[in-house]
Amino acid sequence: MGRYIIRRLLWVVLVLVVIVVITYSIFFLLPGGGSDAIANRFAGKQPNPEIVAEVKQQFGLDKPIYVQFYIFTRNLFLGDQYGWPGLGKSFVLRAPLKPVLMERMWVTIQLAVGAAIIWLLVGIPIGILSALRPRSIWDRAAMTFALIGISMPVFFIGPLALYVFVYKWHILPGSGYSPIGEDGVWQWFNHFILPWSVLALLYAAFYARLSRANLLDVMGEDYMRTARAKGLNERQVIVKHGLRSSLTPLVTVFGLDLAGLLAGAVITETVFNLPGLGQYAVRSVFSLDLYAILDVTVIAAFFVAIANLVVDIVYAFLDPRVRYT
Amino acid sequence: MPEPLLEVKDLHVYFPTEDGIVKAVDGVSFTIKPGETLGVVGESGSGKSVSFLTVMGLINRKSAIVEGEVIFQGQDLLNVPKEELQAIRGNKIGMIFQDPMTSLHPFYKVGDQISETILAHEDISKKEAGARAVDMLKRVGIPRPDERARQYPHEFSGGMRQRAMIAMALSLNPDLLIADEPTTALDVTVQAQILDLIDRLQSEFNTAVALITHDLGVVAEHCDYIQVMYAGRLVEIGTGDDIYYQPMMPYTWGLLKSIPLLTAQEERLHPIRGLPPSLINVPEGCPFNPRCPYVFDRCHVEVPQLLPVDGFHAAACHLSLEDRQRIVQEEVLERT
Repeated sequence: MGRYIIRRLLWVVLVLVVIVVITYSIFFLLPGGGSDAIANRFAGKQPNPEIVAEVKQQFGLDKPIYVQFYIFTRNLFLGDQYGWPGLGKSFVLRAPLKPVLMERMWVTIQLAVGAAIIWLLVGIPIGILSALRPRSIWDRAAMTFALIGISMPVFFIGPLALYVFVYKWHILPGSGYSPIGEDGVWQWFNHFILPWSVLALLYAAFYARLSRANLLDVMGEDYMRTARAKGLNERQVIVKHGLRSSLTPLVTVFGLDLAGLLAGAVITETVFNLPGLGQYAVRSVFSLDLYAILDVTVIAAFFVAIANLVVDIVYAFLDPRVRYT
Repeated sequence: MPEPLLEVKDLHVYFPTEDGIVKAVDGVSFTIKPGETLGVVGESGSGKSVSFLTVMGLINRKSAIVEGEVIFQGQDLLNVPKEELQAIRGNKIGMIFQDPMTSLHPFYKVGDQISETILAHEDISKKEAGARAVDMLKRVGIPRPDERARQYPHEFSGGMRQRAMIAMALSLNPDLLIADEPTTALDVTVQAQILDLIDRLQSEFNTAVALITHDLGVVAEHCDYIQVMYAGRLVEIGTGDDIYYQPMMPYTWGLLKSIPLLTAQEERLHPIRGLPPSLINVPEGCPFNPRCPYVFDRCHVEVPQLLPVDGFHAAACHLSLEDRQRIVQEEVLERT
């Protein structure tokens, strides 16, 4: 198992390097790219050749692309003058990126984890109950809810929710981020409850459908019949034998979903004005802030790659048929 | 004359579906006495499995119409509260199924699945139940049972899994073991081992056994009585000798003739021509009439009753006894 993990981690490194290459390529190959064009953008209102040259030198754009790429990758894994990992400097802020990103990551983590708790607690029980009463009123209502949840995009439900809860009914204070340290827990919660719910809606709907389908499949399995033939009561049959099999695949899905969110729930953060990684990613792209773009992309890739590994290992614990020698 | 252990009286199990009512079991009555082995033979769709699933209460009463009586140790299992059924299942009646790979939960250790049965019915510690599970694995002939108990089903071979299932079903010393096609999913050599195992355990535990199979070869040496089912009905019952040496019903003849013999000279097999009937549109009269080589007009009109041929031996056929005895002498026995 140890050797397997090490092998997988090496692959993660390779994936990150490839991601950096691709991002660099996109950045420099798109219209408006290229060292000169970029330096021009950041050279102020009246750029002249000396200023542009100085900007280029400060940003490291004067070196050939492959050298820039090498420097960035080396710094990423070994650290630069601002600490480890070496996340470089923002063109826009002219300041190290690491503190900015760490702060924003924290906001995104709060958003993602909060939403995750809600969607797990809401989606899975709905799916289970639907599977236990197939084709009943409850089942039909639940699956309709799921259909709506999956179909309605966040940029629609988000503003709608804001309108209803903040502007019309005045139940909640508004969008934006309120750290616990600043105004207390209640305000923090009030600001997060709407983005959590809106984000969770999609996933809850999806997980309801998934857990329902899995449990329905499992109910027809032979070992369920054996469990009843042993004289176990229905609750034991469903919980111990049924749920164990049907919820295990959800672990994989959950790991990947959470990782994807940790990379930044772009639309939700934008709609609710939460200063997280997703919102920052959008801004960086629009302002062509090369290192910021690279950093957010690498962080996202890192989370997803690690999540893949963690999920595989956890699954091996849950399903004894899967073992990595 | 000991009290019968299980008495099934006029059992009907119908499943209403969109296409019509599936008459899976249509008027079946039989008895099993303590310590007896009953072989239940029939094709797929004959109702043999459904009858015994109904005995165990594993048929969903909300989607099936069940009529008749299933009297087990004095109680009608069709009319007891579900707690009572749960107390009997696994404890007084054990059941094993056809495919041991899918019948065991893949995520739990084998030993734990066996002790689960014990713990469901007896108030003992987990450790004690675990020890008994290991003991059961030993009794069914699994080497190094303490190691095996800590393994998962996918680490067992097919025969070993079936042994484990038998261990599970017998762990509480039930009075009746229902074996639903226990050897169908196994190699021939392993089949023989499993059947011998069931025999041995039966005398050790003094359990009655209902051995359900589609293979007449399987029941030959292992059953006290054999009943042949077709289209949800009993068409012949008798001892092993009766069925093999004096079969009295064309379907049984067909089954016997279709058994491939190692010593046969010819290359062709002799299956029963035609297909098993639809259980939604069972043929009028004798359900076997579309496929019977000896059919005549009465067969299309009247359902034959199970009538005694000789003591316990009974068959359901309109042909006269003399005709049948002649046909058996001339055509059936010389082939088998």
